[in-house]
Amino acid sequence: MIPELGHIALIMALMMALIQSSFPLAGAAQGIPVWMAVAKPAGRAQFLFLIVAFGCLAFSFASNDFSVLYVAQHSNSSLPLHYRLSAVWGGHEGSMLLWALILGLWTLAVTIFSRGLAADFVARVLGVMGLVSIGILLFILLTSNPFERLASPPADGNDLNPLLQDFGMVVHPPMLYMGYVGLSVAFSFAVAALLGGTLDSAWARWSRPWTLVAWIFLTFGITLGSWWAYYELGWGGWWFWDPVENASFMPWLVATALIHSLSVTEKRGAFKAWTVLLAIFAFSLSLLGTFLVRSGVLTSVHAFATDPGRGLFILMLLAIVIGGSLFLYALRAPTVQDHVRYALVSKENLLLLNNVLLVTAAGSILLGTLYPLILDALGLGKISVGPPYFDAVFAPLMAPVFVLAGIAPMFPWRQASIRKVLARTGKLALGCLITGIGLTAVFWNPRDIATMAALTLAVWLAASALFSLTSRVRLREHWREGLRSQSRSVYGMTAAHLGLAVFLVGVTLSGRYSVEKTVRMAPGETVEIADYRFTFLGVSRVEGPNYVASRGDFEVQAGATAFRLHPEKRSYRVQRNMMTEAAIDPGWSRDLYVALGEPMENGAWSVRLYCKPFIRWIWGGGLVMMAGGMLSVSDRRYRLAAKPDESWQPASSASNVAA
Amino acid sequence: MRLKFLIPLSVFALLLVLLGVGLKLDPREVPSPFIGKPAPPFALPTVHAAAQTLSSGEFQGQVSLLNVWASWCVSCRQEHPLLLQLSKTGLVPIYGLNYKDERPAALAWLDRFGDPYRASAFDADGKTGIDWGVYGVPETFVIDRKGIIRYKFTGPLTEEALEKKLLPLVRTLQEEAS
Repeated sequence: MIPELGHIALIMALMMALIQSSFPLAGAAQGIPVWMAVAKPAGRAQFLFLIVAFGCLAFSFASNDFSVLYVAQHSNSSLPLHYRLSAVWGGHEGSMLLWALILGLWTLAVTIFSRGLAADFVARVLGVMGLVSIGILLFILLTSNPFERLASPPADGNDLNPLLQDFGMVVHPPMLYMGYVGLSVAFSFAVAALLGGTLDSAWARWSRPWTLVAWIFLTFGITLGSWWAYYELGWGGWWFWDPVENASFMPWLVATALIHSLSVTEKRGAFKAWTVLLAIFAFSLSLLGTFLVRSGVLTSVHAFATDPGRGLFILMLLAIVIGGSLFLYALRAPTVQDHVRYALVSKENLLLLNNVLLVTAAGSILLGTLYPLILDALGLGKISVGPPYFDAVFAPLMAPVFVLAGIAPMFPWRQASIRKVLARTGKLALGCLITGIGLTAVFWNPRDIATMAALTLAVWLAASALFSLTSRVRLREHWREGLRSQSRSVYGMTAAHLGLAVFLVGVTLSGRYSVEKTVRMAPGETVEIADYRFTFLGVSRVEGPNYVASRGDFEVQAGATAFRLHPEKRSYRVQRNMMTEAAIDPGWSRDLYVALGEPMENGAWSVRLYCKPFIRWIWGGGLVMMAGGMLSVSDRRYRLAAKPDESWQPASSASNVAA
Repeated sequence: MRLKFLIPLSVFALLLVLLGVGLKLDPREVPSPFIGKPAPPFALPTVHAAAQTLSSGEFQGQVSLLNVWASWCVSCRQEHPLLLQLSKTGLVPIYGLNYKDERPAALAWLDRFGDPYRASAFDADGKTGIDWGVYGVPETFVIDRKGIIRYKFTGPLTEEALEKKLLPLVRTLQEEAS
């Protein structure tokens, strides 16, 4: 009964989405206020039905209803309750339902926080979001219904993939989807502005907080995913250039570009056509990511059940959503004009350069991800493009981004003099170079030029972020007043750039100075790596709720202190999977990482030991960037923007004001 | 309508065609100019020990498979369980060619996913791979008793390909000479 209720609720949600898009879009085109007013209640009702549908599925999981095919495939009665609930999005059907639910949540948010916006604009935004929702809901109902019943239910379920039985995997997909789907708001704003011909500074200001919030979730989701891969996959890496990871990284890069481009459009009224295009790209890449993961055109470690029929459906969805919006862009963008002038050397152009680099980086990842597919389509066979390609292409593209992120905040709008900026920052740059080289030479390797370059960049990024903050503060007489007078978005930018520096330090040092050893260890034996002595004390048997494990016991001696680490090798009963649970001793300057390999004769085991310097800074940097985003979002400007706004004017006059 | 604004749409249309074609495709075999020719000779250190060598002479006198793999190759993970299963049956010896890899990463990979190979040659710079006409990882070669390449499968092995193509061929080749 409950699953059927969920199914009906899902169909009702589709009906609401139909109403939410048809009447408001037609109303906005014809100027009929009553039709436009339908958007908000329809959006809210859609969300309500989605909650009911999702709740029904969650209830089926909680109550071990194995007559539901999806539950039988992804759960088991011995699975702990919290994993039974997170198993709702452990497979394809449920994760698509989560996608739809989150789109409903963003729709709800737009209905609540759009009071200050013009009625026809809101109607168009919600109408476009409704269109996307129709596509996704049809996809679920027609090809991936999670409520499908089994004629003869099994006694027990197939259990959740052990890789997903982990806190990181409970939180990772919802966060990532909040980011992916959140970009649909910026997308809908862009399409609504194209439809209504209101592409102006006010549009950019409304889009910014939505984009920022989506970006924050995306940053968090990716950071979490990387952390999860590190401790759960059991081989000490944090990023694998896997198609699924790339699918989340491409929208992130474009969303980052979009945030910067929106700020130019908001403050200077420039780059309007480009900004709109980025907003379309960012969400298109999110959809494309869904397609790549769900259709089975690419192979991936995250291999979910794939199905070409679903692939064809998503492909058609892509064609309509992305193709339609790009067609609209081709029609409308030529009429959009920037009335602002700026010199070749100016903050505008530096931000444009940063944008181009970020988009190129995203493009090269797309190329690398699709290259196997291109070869395949040309009949040249299936291959795998590995980290060698991505490392070779990505590093040279990102280095100038880091330089720019440091220097661009110091350039004034409109026109800048390179000589003046150099005079201000020359000493700073030299100091960073000396610090970078010095740190590398003293603490690491005096001949390691790559590390010197990377650390110099990181120091430069951090120093210039703080330097540009101090020079803003110095404009006031007293530093306290100076600090207070800065807007939250200035602090946000500073924090985000600092986070980037922290991230770079982590990537560089953990990449170049990790020590790892794969050894055979018998009980009582000691192995030394990087000043740490690991003594293997033996293995004991441990029973978990749905697995049995061999639990290793290691004593680690670090100088005068000693502590224990307990890596496990788990065997999950139902899926008969072996899982490696690494034991990690985290630290600011290094992680110690022990993983059990295979058992050998006489109680010996093959063991992997790692010492990874500064690896935690990678995720730390992600979190600091995220905090920067949060600071920016809390800027007063955006709260004011939610109130009725007098700057709402047709495109041409608004941009004249900005100029 | 100015043309430059049509660029995104046209690029997307191309991409759409590509993805559409991609949906129809399956990993499938590709004719190789090396089929029917003697296996290009090589002598490389093995992944497990730099001091040991694996050479193409090993293929003489038995029907064998050579599987090209790398720890950075995602598709290799997909076909790996099949190789493990096959090595347990003992039907045919499987040799590995570890392509453009690093030794610790390759060892860790075998440790994690299991090692189906009699031995894996360590082809760090990919020169042997080029001799063999490898243009992607994974690839699997069937080599007969005289050391002649008889078949090449490109892409991750599938159960179907193994049952319908590779194993029947291996059986015929094994019967042929005995």
